[in-house]
Formats: sequence, C-alpha cells, structure tokens
Amino acid sequence: MSRLTVGVPRRALAMLAILLVLLIAAPALLGGYGLSVLIVVLYATYVGQAWNIMMGFAGQLSLGHALYAGLGGYVAAGLYFHYGIGPWAGVVAAVAAAVLAGSIVGYLGFRFSLAGVYFALLTIAFAEFTRIGFDNWPWSGGSGGLFLKVERDVVDIANLRGGPVLFYYVILILTAGTFVLCRALLESKLGRYWLAIREDAEAAQAVGVPVLRCKMLAVVISAALTAVAGVWSAFYDNNLFPETAFGISRSVEITLAPIIGGLGTLFGPFVGAVVLTGLGQIFTELRDWLHIAGIKQIFYGLALLIIVMYRPAGIWPWLANRLGLVERKP
Amino acid sequence: MSGARLEIAGLGKNFRGLRAVHDVSFAVPAGAIHALIGPNGAGKTTIFNMIAGVFAPSAGTVMLDGRQIAGLRPDQICDAGVGRTFQIVKPFKGLSVLENVTVGALHRRPRLPDAQAQAEEILKRLGLHDRRHHLAESLTLPDRKRLEVARALATEPKLLLLDEVMAGLRPTEVDVMVAFLRALNAQSGITILLIEHVMRAVMALAAQIVVVSYGEKIADGTPAEISRNQAVLDVYLGEEEVV
Repeated sequence: MSRLTVGVPRRALAMLAILLVLLIAAPALLGGYGLSVLIVVLYATYVGQAWNIMMGFAGQLSLGHALYAGLGGYVAAGLYFHYGIGPWAGVVAAVAAAVLAGSIVGYLGFRFSLAGVYFALLTIAFAEFTRIGFDNWPWSGGSGGLFLKVERDVVDIANLRGGPVLFYYVILILTAGTFVLCRALLESKLGRYWLAIREDAEAAQAVGVPVLRCKMLAVVISAALTAVAGVWSAFYDNNLFPETAFGISRSVEITLAPIIGGLGTLFGPFVGAVVLTGLGQIFTELRDWLHIAGIKQIFYGLALLIIVMYRPAGIWPWLANRLGLVERKP
Repeated sequence: MSGARLEIAGLGKNFRGLRAVHDVSFAVPAGAIHALIGPNGAGKTTIFNMIAGVFAPSAGTVMLDGRQIAGLRPDQICDAGVGRTFQIVKPFKGLSVLENVTVGALHRRPRLPDAQAQAEEILKRLGLHDRRHHLAESLTLPDRKRLEVARALATEPKLLLLDEVMAGLRPTEVDVMVAFLRALNAQSGITILLIEHVMRAVMALAAQIVVVSYGEKIADGTPAEISRNQAVLDVYLGEEEVV
C-alpha cells in the first residue's frame, strides 16, 4: 500500500482524502437531484477508468466498449430475470462473457497487427453485430428490450434492489477501488510495459516486452471492469435495449471523460466526468429556459471542441500543474 | 554479465523476390567486438533484424551459444540474451529517460524499485543520470543514441547489437562512446556486434570486420586486412586514404 503513494505529494493525498470523505457523506448532504447527478459522474468516471487502461495506458483505441458493458448488463439482468440469479453471482458470468468477447476482439486485432483506427473499426464492428444479434434474440427480449421490476423502496443488497443511495455507494466503491487498482497497475511491471507499448511497440518488444500478451491483458482487464459497469447500470436503469446497450453512442460516451480529463492519467476520468456532467446539466437548463430543442447538443459539442483544442492533453495534467500536484521526483 | 558466442550460417532473406541478404556466414566469439560494414542498402540492418527476431530468415541459422534463435520473437530473443539498438532511434518519447531504461531493466528485475535502481546505475555510466527525469523526446540526438544503448544494456544482454550508434555524434562524442564500449566490454565480457559507418570508431573497437555488399559477404578479417582488401576498397572504401 505504501508503495502506491511513493512520490505523490502530501497535498494531493490530503485532497484525495477530503474528496473521498465528501463523496462518502454526499447522500446526507445532497438532495435527490444532486445525488442523481453525482451518480452519473461516478458512472462516467468508472467506465472511463476502465477504457483508459486500454487507450491511456496501453495505447489501444477501442471505440466499441459498449460491447463489454452491454454484454455484462444483459448477462446479469437476463440471469436475474429468467432464473432469479442475483447480480453478485451474475456479475461473475457477466465478467466471463466480456472477457471472452475481449479475448476474441483482442486476439483478432493484435495477432494480426491491426493498429490504430483499423483496430478501432474492428471494435466497432463487434459491438455492432452483437447489437444486431441481441435485436433478434428472444431470450433477451429482442429489440423490444429487457425490463426488470422497479423496486426503489426496498433495500435488498443481495439482489441489488433499492433506491439511488444503494446504487450510489456501489458505484462509489467500484470507482474508488478501480482508482487504486489503476495506480497499482501503473506501478507494476505490466503497467510499465503497457506504457512502453503505447509509446513504441517495436522498441518495447526489443527490450523483452511480450507485446501480444500485454495487449491481451489490457483488453481483458478493461473489458472485465466495463462489464461490471454494465451490470450496475442494468440494475440501476431497470431496462436494457440493444440500441442503448451496444450502440456506438454508448461506446463514444465511455471515451469522453478520460479524453477530456486526460488520457493515461489516474485522475483524468474523474475530472473529465465532472466537467462533462456539469456542462450537460448547464446546457439542459439552458435548453429548458430558452425552449430551443437541440441547443444542448450544439453547446455541448462546442464546449468539447474548445477543451480539446486548448487542452489537447486533457484538463487534469494542466490542473494538476496549476494546483502544484505534480509527482515529486526523488 | 558475460558474453555469448554468435554464429551465423548461410543466412538469407528475400522480400518478395528481392534478395536482400544471401548466404551470409560469420561468427563472433564470446567477449569479442566485431563490426559489420558495407555501403547503404547492403543488408546490414536486415541481418541485425534477423538476429534480433524482427523477421525470420528465409534461409540459414542464427546460433547464440550454440542455441538456434532464428525465428523466435524479439522479446524471446531479448530473453535469450540479445540486446539491440535501432538505427532510427526509438525512444519511448512520452516517458522520462529513467522510465525508458527502467522498462528494459524490468526484464530481469520484475520488481519496479529494483529495476529503477538498476536503470539509475546504467544512466550514471552513460552520463545521462542528470537528465533522468527529462522526457525522452526532449533529448538531443547524441543523448538519444546513448539512451538506446542504456535501454538495451538494461536487459543485461550477452550480445549487444549496435546499429549506427555513432552516426550524428561529434568526433569527441565518438571517442567518449568508443571508450565507454571498450570499458563495458572489458569489464563485463559482453559480446558486441556493431554496424557502423564511422570508420574511426570501427577501427578503434573491432577486432574483426565483416563487409557486406549487395546482400553478400565480400570480406571478413582484421581491420588491417580489410583496409588492404581490394574487393572492399572497390565497393566501399573507395580510396585507400579513407582508412
């Protein structure tokens, strides 16, 4: 544990601790609206962290991460819906399904040296034809969707049935845990090998990095974490449609927080999620106030454009520098 | 660290009918420094790439201490004890100098603190220690060449393949690199095979020189023999005064 904090400025640790305390206390401090916004922030952070392992750490662009989230959601929700198997068992099957899918996509892409946008196209293709498959699969409700009974008034942790507070704490634990996991990965041999592959795969292989194996581990770990998010969101939303579960818009949404916050950084996905969710809320208000349909999307797009143009490395590296939170060099 | 014997026999490589390398054989005894020279496009880097596993030879064998390594992947060949630098340097640009070398050191030292300590030692020896926290992309070309050598050495090779590490260096810098390689070889007994155009470095370092031209070996001998070899003078050195 102490290894994980080596070189991190004390101020950064203190601020992180304060943030964690605030997040733990949030349900008591915020109303229903505030908590629902914070849930969106944490969900975007969590899936962003998962995607960031592949793109930010290992440099492999996936534009089909909805595949893993969708599979995870459908597997766990389907098991619960049809057989009454709770999500804690269902998540194991969900992760297994996503790992299998990730292995297939990864192996096809990496074994045959598809790189960059070509690999990205492969990931989109798999998400798309899985979507089409689910559209036509009666077990999962087809394009008409799969619905879970809404049970917001109970607190049934075993079956993940309950109100927003329950879901808030689950996603908070997942996000905090993944934050620590990402730090541990980066401070490991595997993490350093990922960075080397991201920078130059040929040079990495020449110094003994088993490139294929490391890339496979990146996609498998990323897919597994993303599947857990899919399970969470299926039980939170209580409904699943192939279009929203596997659609390209979900895949793109997963990528936004880490890109805006800072690719490859630990804190970037959270910062990106806060900024994106904040902007989304502001522009929704603006739309409701001006009564102009579509104005939210226009301003949202413009805001993203401006951020990407002026902070191409993301907001967090710049902000961290501003706050004097850059890692100490011993 | 100690050296390994490299033995290449009948090595050939065709790229879709283009014969890049044909029937090249030579050996580098354990602990020796040999050079591989020849005009541009003669196939020197192709030979290196076959030894390092970037691609498999179309014909022939590559033996490291009697073990066939041709056809293995680059990371497996690194594991077998071959370190290499790239002619067109390939630093991990977005990582610091220390992190670059640490990646190499992780190969034999899987714990990060151990690898970092090893990397620091190597950087001290190559005179890059004061720049260890700089990003690799901020280094000058001579420093990038040194970083290539440092990163390759961090994998603790028994055979070091150096692809034009002197190119672009000033004469004084060449002398520093020559002195470093000679000391490294003397201390650790590491075997070194270098591709080099800087004849000053070749003459100072290599006990034996292999000359290739149009993918074939045309001469093999001591620097003194090579500088008098008529075939070599014809295709490569041109005029006797060069050497």
